[in-house]
Amino acid sequence: MDTRLPELSHDEILRYSRHLLIPEVGLEGQQKLKAASVLVIGTGGLGSPVALYLAAAGVGRIGLVDYDVVDFSNLQRQVIHGESQLNKLKVESARQRMLDINPDIQVDVYNEIFTSENAMRIAEPYDIILDGTDNFPTRYLVNDLCVLTGKPNVYGSIFRFDGQASVFYAEEGPCYRCLFPEPPPPGLVPSCAEGGVFGVLPGTIGTIQATEAIKLILGVGEPLIGRLLLYNALDMSFDFVKLRKNPNCKVCGEHPEVTELIDYEQFCGMPASDHDSGSAGDEWDITPQELKERLDRGDPIRLIDVREPHELAISRLPGAELIPLGQLAARMHELDSAEEIVLFCKAGTRSVRALEVLASAGFRRIKNLEGGINAWAQEVDPSLPVY
Amino acid sequence: MPTLKIPTPLRPYADGQSVVTVQGGTVAEALRDLVAQYPALEKHLFSEEGELRPFVNLFLGQEDVRHLQGEETPLNEDDVLRIIPSIAGG
Repeated sequence: MDTRLPELSHDEILRYSRHLLIPEVGLEGQQKLKAASVLVIGTGGLGSPVALYLAAAGVGRIGLVDYDVVDFSNLQRQVIHGESQLNKLKVESARQRMLDINPDIQVDVYNEIFTSENAMRIAEPYDIILDGTDNFPTRYLVNDLCVLTGKPNVYGSIFRFDGQASVFYAEEGPCYRCLFPEPPPPGLVPSCAEGGVFGVLPGTIGTIQATEAIKLILGVGEPLIGRLLLYNALDMSFDFVKLRKNPNCKVCGEHPEVTELIDYEQFCGMPASDHDSGSAGDEWDITPQELKERLDRGDPIRLIDVREPHELAISRLPGAELIPLGQLAARMHELDSAEEIVLFCKAGTRSVRALEVLASAGFRRIKNLEGGINAWAQEVDPSLPVY
Repeated sequence: MPTLKIPTPLRPYADGQSVVTVQGGTVAEALRDLVAQYPALEKHLFSEEGELRPFVNLFLGQEDVRHLQGEETPLNEDDVLRIIPSIAGG
Protein backbone atom coordinates (compact mmCIF):
# COMPACT_ATOMS: atom_id res chain seq x y z
CA MET A 1 0.00 0.00 0.00
CA ASP A 2 1.10 3.51 -0.77
CA THR A 3 1.97 4.92 2.63
CA ARG A 4 1.45 8.48 1.41
CA LEU A 5 -2.30 7.89 1.09
CA PRO A 6 -4.40 9.61 3.78
CA GLU A 7 -5.91 7.54 6.58
CA LEU A 8 -9.68 7.15 6.91
CA SER A 9 -11.41 7.94 10.23
CA HIS A 10 -13.90 5.48 11.70
CA ASP A 11 -16.71 7.74 10.54
CA GLU A 12 -15.31 7.70 7.02
CA ILE A 13 -14.98 3.93 7.09
CA LEU A 14 -18.66 3.68 7.96
CA ARG A 15 -19.67 6.32 5.41
CA TYR A 16 -17.82 4.52 2.60
CA SER A 17 -18.49 0.95 3.77
CA ARG A 18 -20.35 0.03 0.56
CA HIS A 19 -17.28 1.07 -1.41
CA LEU A 20 -14.91 -0.74 0.96
CA LEU A 21 -16.83 -3.96 0.36
CA ILE A 22 -16.06 -3.86 -3.39
CA PRO A 23 -12.65 -5.37 -4.12
CA GLU A 24 -12.09 -2.93 -7.01
CA VAL A 25 -12.33 -0.04 -4.54
CA GLY A 26 -11.52 -1.35 -1.05
CA LEU A 27 -9.75 0.66 1.61
CA GLU A 28 -6.89 1.67 -0.66
CA GLY A 29 -9.26 2.81 -3.42
CA GLN A 30 -11.20 4.93 -0.96
CA GLN A 31 -7.93 6.45 0.23
CA LYS A 32 -7.05 7.22 -3.40
CA LEU A 33 -10.39 8.99 -3.72
CA LYS A 34 -9.65 10.99 -0.58
CA ALA A 35 -6.24 11.96 -1.96
CA ALA A 36 -7.66 12.89 -5.38
CA SER A 37 -8.60 16.30 -6.75
CA VAL A 38 -11.01 17.06 -9.57
CA LEU A 39 -11.83 20.42 -11.13
CA VAL A 40 -15.41 20.66 -12.40
CA ILE A 41 -15.87 23.40 -15.02
CA GLY A 42 -19.50 24.50 -14.91
CA THR A 43 -22.07 23.77 -12.20
CA GLY A 44 -25.08 23.54 -14.48
CA GLY A 45 -26.81 20.52 -15.99
CA LEU A 46 -23.71 18.30 -16.23
CA GLY A 47 -21.88 19.80 -13.25
CA SER A 48 -24.83 19.16 -10.90
CA PRO A 49 -24.82 15.33 -10.90
CA VAL A 50 -21.03 15.30 -11.22
CA ALA A 51 -20.55 17.44 -8.11
CA LEU A 52 -23.15 15.49 -6.12
CA TYR A 53 -21.62 12.09 -6.94
CA LEU A 54 -17.99 13.13 -6.57
CA ALA A 55 -18.84 14.61 -3.17
CA ALA A 56 -20.76 11.51 -2.10
CA ALA A 57 -17.97 9.23 -3.32
CA GLY A 58 -15.46 11.06 -1.15
CA VAL A 59 -13.22 12.75 -3.71
CA GLY A 60 -11.07 14.71 -1.28
CA ARG A 61 -10.76 17.98 -3.12
CA ILE A 62 -13.28 19.26 -5.65
CA GLY A 63 -12.99 22.61 -7.40
CA LEU A 64 -16.03 24.29 -8.96
CA VAL A 65 -15.80 26.98 -11.65
CA ASP A 66 -18.87 29.02 -12.62
CA TYR A 67 -19.64 32.73 -12.81
CA ASP A 68 -23.41 32.44 -12.98
CA VAL A 69 -26.25 32.65 -10.48
CA VAL A 70 -29.07 30.15 -10.01
CA ASP A 71 -31.97 31.02 -12.32
CA PHE A 72 -35.53 29.71 -12.10
CA SER A 73 -35.20 28.09 -15.54
CA ASN A 74 -32.15 26.10 -14.32
CA LEU A 75 -34.13 24.03 -11.83
CA GLN A 76 -35.65 21.75 -14.51
CA ARG A 77 -32.28 19.94 -14.73
CA GLN A 78 -29.61 21.47 -12.48
CA VAL A 79 -30.48 19.23 -9.55
CA ILE A 80 -27.78 20.45 -7.17
CA HIS A 81 -29.58 23.79 -6.85
CA GLY A 82 -33.00 24.51 -5.30
CA GLU A 83 -35.51 27.32 -4.99
CA SER A 84 -33.92 28.46 -1.74
CA GLN A 85 -30.75 29.25 -3.74
CA LEU A 86 -32.36 31.35 -6.50
CA ASN A 87 -30.18 34.30 -7.58
CA LYS A 88 -27.31 33.05 -5.43
CA LEU A 89 -23.93 32.13 -6.89
CA LYS A 90 -24.04 28.66 -8.43
CA VAL A 91 -20.65 27.74 -6.97
CA GLU A 92 -21.80 28.69 -3.46
CA SER A 93 -25.13 26.92 -3.88
CA ALA A 94 -23.33 23.79 -5.06
CA ARG A 95 -20.72 23.92 -2.31
CA GLN A 96 -23.40 24.17 0.36
CA ARG A 97 -25.21 21.10 -0.98
CA MET A 98 -21.97 19.09 -1.41
CA LEU A 99 -20.81 19.81 2.13
CA ASP A 100 -24.25 18.82 3.38
CA ILE A 101 -23.78 15.45 1.67
CA ASN A 102 -20.17 15.11 2.80
CA PRO A 103 -18.49 17.56 5.20
CA ASP A 104 -15.26 15.54 5.08
CA ILE A 105 -14.29 16.85 1.63
CA GLN A 106 -12.77 20.16 0.55
CA VAL A 107 -14.77 22.20 -1.97
CA ASP A 108 -12.92 25.11 -3.61
CA VAL A 109 -15.03 27.63 -5.49
CA TYR A 110 -13.97 29.88 -8.36
CA ASN A 111 -16.69 32.42 -9.07
CA GLU A 112 -14.99 33.43 -12.31
CA ILE A 113 -15.41 33.09 -16.04
CA PHE A 114 -12.92 30.37 -17.04
CA THR A 115 -10.55 32.07 -19.49
CA SER A 116 -7.13 31.68 -21.08
CA GLU A 117 -5.85 34.14 -18.48
CA ASN A 118 -6.93 32.27 -15.34
CA ALA A 119 -7.27 28.65 -16.56
CA MET A 120 -3.70 27.56 -15.76
CA ARG A 121 -3.82 29.07 -12.27
CA ILE A 122 -7.22 27.56 -11.45
CA ALA A 123 -6.42 24.10 -12.83
CA GLU A 124 -2.93 23.80 -11.37
CA PRO A 125 -3.80 21.97 -8.11
CA TYR A 126 -6.09 19.37 -9.72
CA ASP A 127 -5.35 15.89 -11.12
CA ILE A 128 -8.41 15.62 -13.38
CA ILE A 129 -10.42 18.25 -15.26
CA LEU A 130 -14.08 17.61 -15.92
CA ASP A 131 -15.72 19.54 -18.74
CA GLY A 132 -19.31 20.46 -17.92
CA THR A 133 -19.38 23.74 -19.82
CA ASP A 134 -22.10 24.95 -22.16
CA ASN A 135 -20.23 26.51 -25.08
CA PHE A 136 -17.61 25.76 -27.74
CA PRO A 137 -14.93 28.35 -26.80
CA THR A 138 -14.67 26.99 -23.25
CA ARG A 139 -14.60 23.38 -24.52
CA TYR A 140 -11.59 24.16 -26.74
CA LEU A 141 -9.98 26.01 -23.83
CA VAL A 142 -10.48 23.04 -21.49
CA ASN A 143 -9.09 20.67 -24.11
CA ASP A 144 -5.97 22.68 -24.85
CA LEU A 145 -5.35 23.28 -21.15
CA CYS A 146 -5.51 19.53 -20.51
CA VAL A 147 -3.20 18.70 -23.42
CA LEU A 148 -0.67 21.37 -22.43
CA THR A 149 -0.66 20.32 -18.76
CA GLY A 150 -0.93 16.56 -19.32
CA LYS A 151 -4.22 16.14 -17.44
CA PRO A 152 -7.18 13.97 -18.46
CA ASN A 153 -10.27 15.83 -19.71
CA VAL A 154 -13.46 14.01 -18.73
CA TYR A 155 -15.79 15.23 -21.44
CA GLY A 156 -19.57 15.34 -21.63
CA SER A 157 -21.83 17.34 -23.90
CA ILE A 158 -25.57 17.47 -24.50
CA PHE A 159 -28.15 18.77 -26.95
CA ARG A 160 -31.90 18.14 -26.69
CA PHE A 161 -32.00 14.30 -26.44
CA ASP A 162 -28.41 13.60 -27.56
CA GLY A 163 -25.42 13.18 -25.30
CA GLN A 164 -21.73 12.49 -25.82
CA ALA A 165 -19.08 11.42 -23.36
CA SER A 166 -15.41 10.54 -23.62
CA VAL A 167 -12.10 10.87 -21.83
CA PHE A 168 -9.69 12.97 -23.83
CA TYR A 169 -6.24 12.23 -22.46
CA ALA A 170 -3.53 13.16 -24.93
CA GLU A 171 -0.88 11.24 -22.99
CA GLU A 172 -2.69 7.99 -23.81
CA GLY A 173 -5.06 8.76 -26.68
CA PRO A 174 -6.76 11.39 -28.79
CA CYS A 175 -7.82 14.83 -27.63
CA TYR A 176 -11.03 16.75 -28.37
CA ARG A 177 -9.36 18.52 -31.29
CA CYS A 178 -8.38 15.18 -32.87
CA LEU A 179 -12.11 14.58 -33.32
CA PHE A 180 -13.26 18.16 -33.75
CA PRO A 181 -10.33 20.12 -35.25
CA GLU A 182 -12.58 23.13 -35.76
CA PRO A 183 -15.83 24.27 -34.18
CA PRO A 184 -18.98 24.34 -36.29
CA PRO A 185 -19.82 27.74 -37.73
CA PRO A 186 -21.63 30.06 -35.32
CA GLY A 187 -25.34 29.42 -35.42
CA LEU A 188 -25.36 25.85 -36.74
CA VAL A 189 -25.64 24.22 -33.33
CA PRO A 190 -28.10 26.02 -31.06
CA SER A 191 -27.30 26.34 -27.36
CA CYS A 192 -29.53 24.75 -24.72
CA ALA A 193 -30.86 28.25 -23.89
CA GLU A 194 -32.02 28.49 -27.47
CA GLY A 195 -32.67 24.91 -28.60
CA GLY A 196 -33.78 23.41 -25.28
CA VAL A 197 -32.58 20.32 -23.46
CA PHE A 198 -34.34 17.27 -22.03
CA GLY A 199 -33.98 17.71 -18.28
CA VAL A 200 -32.87 14.17 -17.39
CA LEU A 201 -30.25 14.06 -20.17
CA PRO A 202 -27.48 15.91 -18.27
CA GLY A 203 -28.22 13.54 -15.37
CA THR A 204 -27.34 10.57 -17.57
CA ILE A 205 -24.27 12.12 -19.17
CA GLY A 206 -23.01 13.85 -16.01
CA THR A 207 -23.29 10.60 -14.10
CA ILE A 208 -21.20 8.91 -16.80
CA GLN A 209 -18.59 11.67 -16.46
CA ALA A 210 -18.51 11.17 -12.68
CA THR A 211 -18.12 7.41 -13.26
CA GLU A 212 -15.17 7.98 -15.59
CA ALA A 213 -13.47 10.42 -13.20
CA ILE A 214 -13.78 7.94 -10.33
CA LYS A 215 -12.49 5.06 -12.52
CA LEU A 216 -9.46 7.15 -13.48
CA ILE A 217 -8.74 7.87 -9.80
CA LEU A 218 -9.11 4.22 -8.84
CA GLY A 219 -7.29 2.96 -11.92
CA VAL A 220 -9.96 0.33 -12.57
CA GLY A 221 -11.97 -0.74 -15.59
CA GLU A 222 -11.77 0.46 -19.16
CA PRO A 223 -11.82 4.23 -19.38
CA LEU A 224 -13.48 5.99 -22.31
CA ILE A 225 -10.04 6.97 -23.66
CA GLY A 226 -10.15 6.50 -27.45
CA ARG A 227 -13.90 5.89 -27.43
CA LEU A 228 -16.79 8.30 -27.83
CA LEU A 229 -20.13 7.39 -26.29
CA LEU A 230 -23.15 8.56 -28.26
CA TYR A 231 -26.34 8.42 -26.25
CA ASN A 232 -29.86 9.15 -27.43
CA ALA A 233 -32.56 9.33 -24.79
CA LEU A 234 -35.46 8.87 -27.22
CA ASP A 235 -34.01 5.75 -28.83
CA MET A 236 -32.43 4.73 -25.50
CA SER A 237 -29.35 3.88 -27.53
CA PHE A 238 -25.77 3.80 -26.33
CA ASP A 239 -23.40 3.62 -29.31
CA PHE A 240 -19.63 3.80 -29.27
CA VAL A 241 -17.24 4.88 -31.97
CA LYS A 242 -13.45 4.56 -31.99
CA LEU A 243 -11.37 7.69 -31.77
CA ARG A 244 -7.77 7.81 -32.89
CA LYS A 245 -5.05 10.31 -32.29
CA ASN A 246 -4.70 12.65 -35.25
CA PRO A 247 -0.97 12.97 -36.06
CA ASN A 248 -1.76 16.38 -37.59
CA CYS A 249 -3.68 17.60 -34.53
CA LYS A 250 -2.80 21.25 -33.93
CA VAL A 251 -2.43 20.80 -30.19
CA CYS A 252 -1.49 17.14 -29.50
CA GLY A 253 -0.10 16.14 -32.92
CA GLU A 254 3.48 15.55 -33.98
CA HIS A 255 4.08 19.21 -34.86
CA PRO A 256 1.77 21.20 -32.63
CA GLU A 257 0.96 24.78 -33.60
CA VAL A 258 -0.91 25.57 -30.40
CA THR A 259 1.69 25.66 -27.64
CA GLU A 260 -0.08 28.04 -25.28
CA LEU A 261 -3.68 28.99 -24.59
CA ILE A 262 -5.19 31.19 -27.30
CA ASP A 263 -8.24 33.46 -27.70
CA TYR A 264 -11.00 30.85 -27.94
CA GLU A 265 -13.86 33.26 -28.57
CA GLN A 266 -11.98 34.47 -31.62
CA PHE A 267 -11.11 30.89 -32.66
CA CYS A 268 -14.77 29.84 -32.46
CA GLY A 269 -16.23 33.14 -33.66
CA MET A 270 -18.74 33.09 -30.82
CA PRO A 271 -18.97 34.14 -27.18
CA ALA A 272 -18.03 31.79 -24.35
CA SER A 273 -21.55 31.71 -22.97
CA ASP A 274 -24.87 30.16 -23.85
CA HIS A 275 -26.77 33.26 -22.83
CA ASP A 276 -28.80 34.99 -25.50
CA SER A 277 -27.41 38.41 -26.35
CA GLY A 278 -30.63 39.27 -28.15
CA SER A 279 -29.15 42.25 -29.97
CA ALA A 280 -27.98 42.75 -33.55
CA GLY A 281 -26.45 46.16 -32.72
CA ASP A 282 -28.17 49.53 -32.44
CA GLU A 283 -28.55 50.02 -36.17
CA TRP A 284 -30.53 46.79 -36.59
CA ASP A 285 -32.43 46.56 -33.31
CA ILE A 286 -35.92 47.73 -32.44
CA THR A 287 -36.95 47.69 -28.79
CA PRO A 288 -40.30 46.23 -27.73
CA GLN A 289 -41.51 49.72 -26.73
CA GLU A 290 -40.57 51.24 -30.10
CA LEU A 291 -42.25 48.39 -31.94
CA LYS A 292 -45.42 48.80 -29.90
CA GLU A 293 -45.54 52.56 -30.60
CA ARG A 294 -45.06 52.01 -34.31
CA LEU A 295 -47.66 49.24 -34.49
CA ASP A 296 -50.10 51.40 -32.51
CA ARG A 297 -49.53 54.22 -35.05
CA GLY A 298 -50.54 51.78 -37.78
CA ASP A 299 -47.14 51.66 -39.50
CA PRO A 300 -47.09 48.85 -42.09
CA ILE A 301 -44.66 46.41 -40.48
CA ARG A 302 -44.45 42.73 -41.34
CA LEU A 303 -43.77 40.69 -38.20
CA ILE A 304 -41.87 37.48 -38.86
CA ASP A 305 -41.60 34.92 -36.08
CA VAL A 306 -38.54 32.70 -36.74
CA ARG A 307 -39.19 30.28 -33.86
CA GLU A 308 -40.30 26.66 -34.24
CA PRO A 309 -44.03 25.89 -34.62
CA HIS A 310 -44.34 24.27 -31.15
CA GLU A 311 -43.25 27.51 -29.51
CA LEU A 312 -46.45 29.23 -30.66
CA ALA A 313 -48.30 27.33 -27.94
CA ILE A 314 -46.24 29.23 -25.34
CA SER A 315 -46.59 32.77 -26.63
CA ARG A 316 -47.37 34.60 -29.87
CA LEU A 317 -47.62 38.13 -31.20
CA PRO A 318 -50.85 39.04 -32.97
CA GLY A 319 -50.40 39.38 -36.73
CA ALA A 320 -47.01 37.65 -36.80
CA GLU A 321 -46.22 35.09 -39.50
CA LEU A 322 -44.18 32.01 -38.72
CA ILE A 323 -41.09 31.23 -40.81
CA PRO A 324 -38.75 29.02 -38.73
CA LEU A 325 -35.10 30.04 -39.07
CA GLY A 326 -34.20 26.72 -40.72
CA GLN A 327 -36.71 27.40 -43.52
CA LEU A 328 -35.93 31.07 -44.01
CA ALA A 329 -33.41 30.69 -46.83
CA ALA A 330 -35.80 28.48 -48.80
CA ARG A 331 -38.84 30.70 -48.15
CA MET A 332 -37.23 34.07 -48.75
CA HIS A 333 -39.40 34.55 -51.84
CA GLU A 334 -42.37 35.00 -49.46
CA LEU A 335 -40.79 38.26 -48.30
CA ASP A 336 -40.44 41.53 -50.13
CA SER A 337 -37.30 43.59 -49.56
CA ALA A 338 -39.32 46.78 -50.09
CA GLU A 339 -41.44 46.06 -47.02
CA GLU A 340 -40.38 46.88 -43.51
CA ILE A 341 -39.81 43.61 -41.65
CA VAL A 342 -39.32 42.97 -37.93
CA LEU A 343 -37.88 39.56 -37.04
CA PHE A 344 -38.28 37.99 -33.63
CA CYS A 345 -37.72 34.75 -31.74
CA LYS A 346 -37.67 33.77 -28.06
CA ALA A 347 -34.87 36.02 -26.84
CA GLY A 348 -33.23 37.45 -29.95
CA THR A 349 -30.54 34.92 -30.87
CA ARG A 350 -32.24 33.21 -33.79
CA SER A 351 -33.72 36.47 -35.06
CA VAL A 352 -30.22 37.97 -35.24
CA ARG A 353 -29.20 35.02 -37.44
CA ALA A 354 -32.34 35.47 -39.52
CA LEU A 355 -31.42 39.12 -39.92
CA GLU A 356 -27.96 38.10 -41.16
CA VAL A 357 -29.53 35.69 -43.65
CA LEU A 358 -31.81 38.41 -45.04
CA ALA A 359 -29.13 41.11 -44.96
CA SER A 360 -26.78 38.94 -46.99
CA ALA A 361 -29.58 38.48 -49.53
CA GLY A 362 -29.85 42.28 -49.93
CA PHE A 363 -32.69 43.05 -47.51
CA ARG A 364 -32.14 46.41 -45.80
CA ARG A 365 -35.50 47.37 -44.23
CA ILE A 366 -35.17 44.71 -41.55
CA LYS A 367 -35.03 44.95 -37.77
CA ASN A 368 -34.43 42.56 -34.92
CA LEU A 369 -36.83 42.70 -31.97
CA GLU A 370 -34.26 43.16 -29.22
CA GLY A 371 -34.62 40.49 -26.53
CA GLY A 372 -37.31 38.67 -28.52
CA ILE A 373 -40.86 37.88 -27.49
CA ASN A 374 -39.62 37.41 -23.92
CA ALA A 375 -38.62 41.09 -23.78
CA TRP A 376 -42.00 42.00 -25.32
CA ALA A 377 -43.69 39.99 -22.55
CA GLN A 378 -41.66 41.77 -19.88
CA GLU A 379 -41.91 45.29 -21.25
CA VAL A 380 -45.13 45.51 -23.24
CA ASP A 381 -47.54 42.65 -22.60
CA PRO A 382 -47.22 40.99 -19.17
CA SER A 383 -50.13 38.68 -20.05
CA LEU A 384 -47.55 36.64 -22.02
CA PRO A 385 -45.28 34.21 -20.16
CA VAL A 386 -41.49 34.38 -20.28
CA TYR A 387 -39.75 31.08 -21.10
CA MET B 1 -29.27 0.88 -50.01
CA PRO B 2 -26.98 2.37 -47.36
CA THR B 3 -28.53 4.53 -44.69
CA LEU B 4 -27.24 7.75 -43.24
CA LYS B 5 -28.00 8.95 -39.72
CA ILE B 6 -28.58 12.67 -39.49
CA PRO B 7 -27.68 14.28 -36.16
CA THR B 8 -30.22 16.46 -34.38
CA PRO B 9 -28.57 19.82 -35.19
CA LEU B 10 -28.71 19.07 -38.95
CA ARG B 11 -32.26 17.68 -39.01
CA PRO B 12 -33.92 21.06 -39.61
CA TYR B 13 -32.10 21.08 -42.97
CA ALA B 14 -33.29 17.55 -43.84
CA ASP B 15 -37.03 17.98 -43.31
CA GLY B 16 -36.61 16.72 -39.76
CA GLN B 17 -35.44 13.26 -40.88
CA SER B 18 -33.19 11.28 -38.53
CA VAL B 19 -32.37 8.48 -40.96
CA VAL B 20 -32.13 8.85 -44.73
CA THR B 21 -31.68 6.12 -47.32
CA VAL B 22 -29.03 7.10 -49.82
CA GLN B 23 -27.74 5.76 -53.11
CA GLY B 24 -24.07 5.36 -53.82
CA GLY B 25 -21.20 2.92 -53.71
CA THR B 26 -18.87 5.23 -51.80
CA VAL B 27 -19.11 7.74 -48.97
CA ALA B 28 -18.69 10.60 -51.46
CA GLU B 29 -21.52 9.31 -53.66
CA ALA B 30 -23.79 8.80 -50.65
CA LEU B 31 -23.16 12.38 -49.51
CA ARG B 32 -23.83 13.73 -52.98
CA ASP B 33 -27.12 11.85 -53.03
CA LEU B 34 -27.95 13.17 -49.56
CA VAL B 35 -27.49 16.81 -50.57
CA ALA B 36 -29.40 16.16 -53.80
CA GLN B 37 -32.33 15.00 -51.64
CA TYR B 38 -31.91 17.82 -49.13
CA PRO B 39 -30.18 20.79 -50.79
CA ALA B 40 -30.38 22.87 -47.58
CA LEU B 41 -27.81 20.50 -46.05
CA GLU B 42 -25.18 21.26 -48.66
CA LYS B 43 -23.72 24.40 -47.15
CA HIS B 44 -23.53 22.75 -43.75
CA LEU B 45 -21.57 19.76 -45.06
CA PHE B 46 -19.46 21.21 -47.87
CA SER B 47 -17.40 24.36 -48.27
CA GLU B 48 -17.92 26.63 -51.26
CA GLU B 49 -15.03 24.78 -52.90
CA GLY B 50 -16.96 21.52 -52.49
CA GLU B 51 -14.70 20.16 -49.75
CA LEU B 52 -16.22 18.31 -46.80
CA ARG B 53 -16.11 20.73 -43.87
CA PRO B 54 -13.60 19.82 -41.13
CA PHE B 55 -16.21 19.71 -38.36
CA VAL B 56 -18.21 17.05 -40.22
CA ASN B 57 -17.25 13.70 -38.74
CA LEU B 58 -18.39 10.64 -40.67
CA PHE B 59 -18.28 7.21 -39.11
CA LEU B 60 -18.93 3.90 -40.82
CA GLY B 61 -19.77 1.48 -38.05
CA GLN B 62 -17.32 2.36 -35.30
CA GLU B 63 -14.65 3.75 -37.62
CA ASP B 64 -13.96 7.31 -38.66
CA VAL B 65 -13.93 7.25 -42.46
CA ARG B 66 -10.77 9.38 -42.34
CA HIS B 67 -9.06 6.24 -41.04
CA LEU B 68 -10.61 4.08 -43.77
CA GLN B 69 -10.39 5.42 -47.31
CA GLY B 70 -11.88 8.83 -46.60
CA GLU B 71 -14.63 9.88 -48.97
CA GLU B 72 -13.66 7.04 -51.31
CA THR B 73 -14.53 4.44 -48.66
CA PRO B 74 -16.79 1.86 -50.35
CA LEU B 75 -20.29 1.35 -48.96
CA ASN B 76 -22.27 -1.87 -48.88
CA GLU B 77 -26.04 -2.09 -49.22
CA ASP B 78 -26.67 -2.46 -45.49
CA ASP B 79 -24.01 -0.04 -44.23
CA VAL B 80 -24.95 2.69 -41.80
CA LEU B 81 -23.05 5.93 -42.17
CA ARG B 82 -23.32 8.32 -39.28
CA ILE B 83 -22.57 12.02 -39.06
CA ILE B 84 -21.27 12.83 -35.59
CA PRO B 85 -22.09 16.37 -34.63
CA SER B 86 -20.23 18.82 -32.50
CA ILE B 87 -22.52 19.71 -29.62
CA ALA B 88 -21.64 21.92 -26.68
CA GLY B 89 -24.54 22.02 -24.23
CA GLY B 90 -23.94 21.39 -20.57
